[in-house]
Amino acid sequence: MSTPVLDLRGVAYAYPDGHQALFGVNLHVHRGERVALLGPNGAGKTTLVLHLNGILRAGAGTVAVSGLSVADDNLLEIRRRVGIVFQDPDDQLFMPSVRDDVGFGPANLGLDAAEIDRRVEESLRAVGMLEHIDRPPHHLSFGQRRRVAVATVLAMEPEILVLDEPSSNLDPASRRELAEILDALPVTVLMVTHDLPYALQLCERSVILSGGVIAADGPTAAILGDADLLAAHRLELPFGFDRVAPRPSP
Amino acid sequence: MGAGHGHSLHFHGHSPIHRLPAHVKLTTLVLFVLIVVATPRTAVPAFGAYVALLLAVAAFTTVPWTSLARRMVVEVPFVVFALLMPFVAEGPRVRVGPLHLAEAGLWGAWGLLAKGTLGVLASLIFGTTTEPRDIVRALEKLRLPQPIVQIASFMFRYLEVVTGELRRMKIARDSRGFQARSIRQWRVLAGTLGALFIRSYERGERVHLAMLSRGYAGRLPFARQLTATWGDWGRALTLPVAGIGILAAVMFA
Repeated sequence: MSTPVLDLRGVAYAYPDGHQALFGVNLHVHRGERVALLGPNGAGKTTLVLHLNGILRAGAGTVAVSGLSVADDNLLEIRRRVGIVFQDPDDQLFMPSVRDDVGFGPANLGLDAAEIDRRVEESLRAVGMLEHIDRPPHHLSFGQRRRVAVATVLAMEPEILVLDEPSSNLDPASRRELAEILDALPVTVLMVTHDLPYALQLCERSVILSGGVIAADGPTAAILGDADLLAAHRLELPFGFDRVAPRPSP
Repeated sequence: MGAGHGHSLHFHGHSPIHRLPAHVKLTTLVLFVLIVVATPRTAVPAFGAYVALLLAVAAFTTVPWTSLARRMVVEVPFVVFALLMPFVAEGPRVRVGPLHLAEAGLWGAWGLLAKGTLGVLASLIFGTTTEPRDIVRALEKLRLPQPIVQIASFMFRYLEVVTGELRRMKIARDSRGFQARSIRQWRVLAGTLGALFIRSYERGERVHLAMLSRGYAGRLPFARQLTATWGDWGRALTLPVAGIGILAAVMFA
C-alpha cells in the first residue's frame, strides 16, 4: 500500500492548562480520498487539525504527512503540504488585496514572481474568483471570501486540503457553489463539518472524532445511516433527513 | 452580513494626482509639510501662497470641494485650542474690539491655525487620492521598518472588521433597551470595549495561526511593488520646489 498522505498514530494532546483534548488518535488518509471529520462541539476536531501542520505538537504519538514527520526543521514543507482553510475567512484573508493574499503562501515558499503570478491566477480561476483579483478582501461577500480563502491554500499546491466547517454561514446558493468547486478539485480533502448532508455530498468516507478518539470510521452513507451511532456522539441529521431510505413516489 | 463598501477617506477618481505612485505622493507630502512647518509664522504672505498652491493641486484632483471641506472637520480640536491661546497666553496684551488679548497668544494661534490647516489640507489631498492599500505599499517602498508597515497593513485590513463588530455589539445592546444616558451606564460601555478588546485579541491570535499555516516567517510579501518614472517624481516634486521658492522669496525679500 502507498504511503498515506496523512498518517496519525496515537496522537494525544493536553492544553497547557491541563485540559486533555486528544487521547490517542489513529487516522490514515490516502491520496485522492475525501474524508469528512465529524464530531460534536468540543470533541477536539480543531485541536486535531492544528496538529496536521505543526501548529500544535502531539504530547504523545506521531503525525506524518506523505512520509515526512512533523518536526521543527521541516515545518515550512509540512505547511506547504497541508493546506488549512480556517472557518472565518476574515482570519485567513489579511492582505490588502486578493492578489497579495493568494500570493502570500507562495511568496513565503520563496517562489519567483512569475510562478507566484501563475499560481495566484490558477487558484483564483479554480474557485471562480479571478475577476476579483485586485479587490480588497473585505469588499467581497462572505461566500466570495470563503472561496478566496480556499484559493489562498490551493496556491501552495498542497497534498491535502483541510477545511474547517466549509459550509458554515453560507447561504444555500454559496453552499452549493462551494460544493461544486470542491468536488471539481483534484486534491485529497479532510473536511471538518457538522453539516452531515454536506459530508454525504462530498466525502465518500467519514470518521467520527468523539471524546478525543476516533469513534467510527467508514463509508459516509453507512455512518449517517446508523442512527444509534450518531446519537451516541451527539450527531444529528437535520429535520427531514432522518429517513435515509427514500420514500416511494406517489 | 456583507462587509461595507468604500472607505471614508479615499475618493475614487482618475486624475493626474490619483495616478501618481503613492510613495511619490507621500514623499511630496512630507517635504511640503516640512517646508510649511519651517516657515516662520510672521511670514504671513508665504502662507497665502502655500494655500494657493494646495488649492491648485486640489482643483486637479477632481475631488469635490464639499467633500474636502467636510473632511477638514478633523482639524476642529486644534482650532478650539488655537482660539483659546490668545486668552490664556502670558505677556503684553493688545485690544481687539472689546477684548484684551495676549499678543504672543494671537501669533501662536495664527501659527497653529495656518500650519495645521495647510498640513490637514495637504494630507487630505493625499488621502483622498490614494488607495489605503497603496499607502501601505508606499510605506514598504520607502523602507519603513517592517513592523510598522505590517501594523499599518493590519490596521487597514481589520479596521472595518473591528468597527463592524462594535456596531453589531451596539445593535445587540440597544435591542435590549440599553440607552447611555448617564455616567452610571459607563460600566456597560466599558464592558463593551473590554469584550471588543478580547475579541480583537483572539482574532489576532487566529490570524497569526492562519499566517503561520501558510509559512509566514516575519515578512509580508506584496506582489505588486510600486514603481515610479522620473516624470512622476518631476511632476510631484513641483509642489515642494514651489514651496521652497515661496519660502526663499519671503525670507530674502
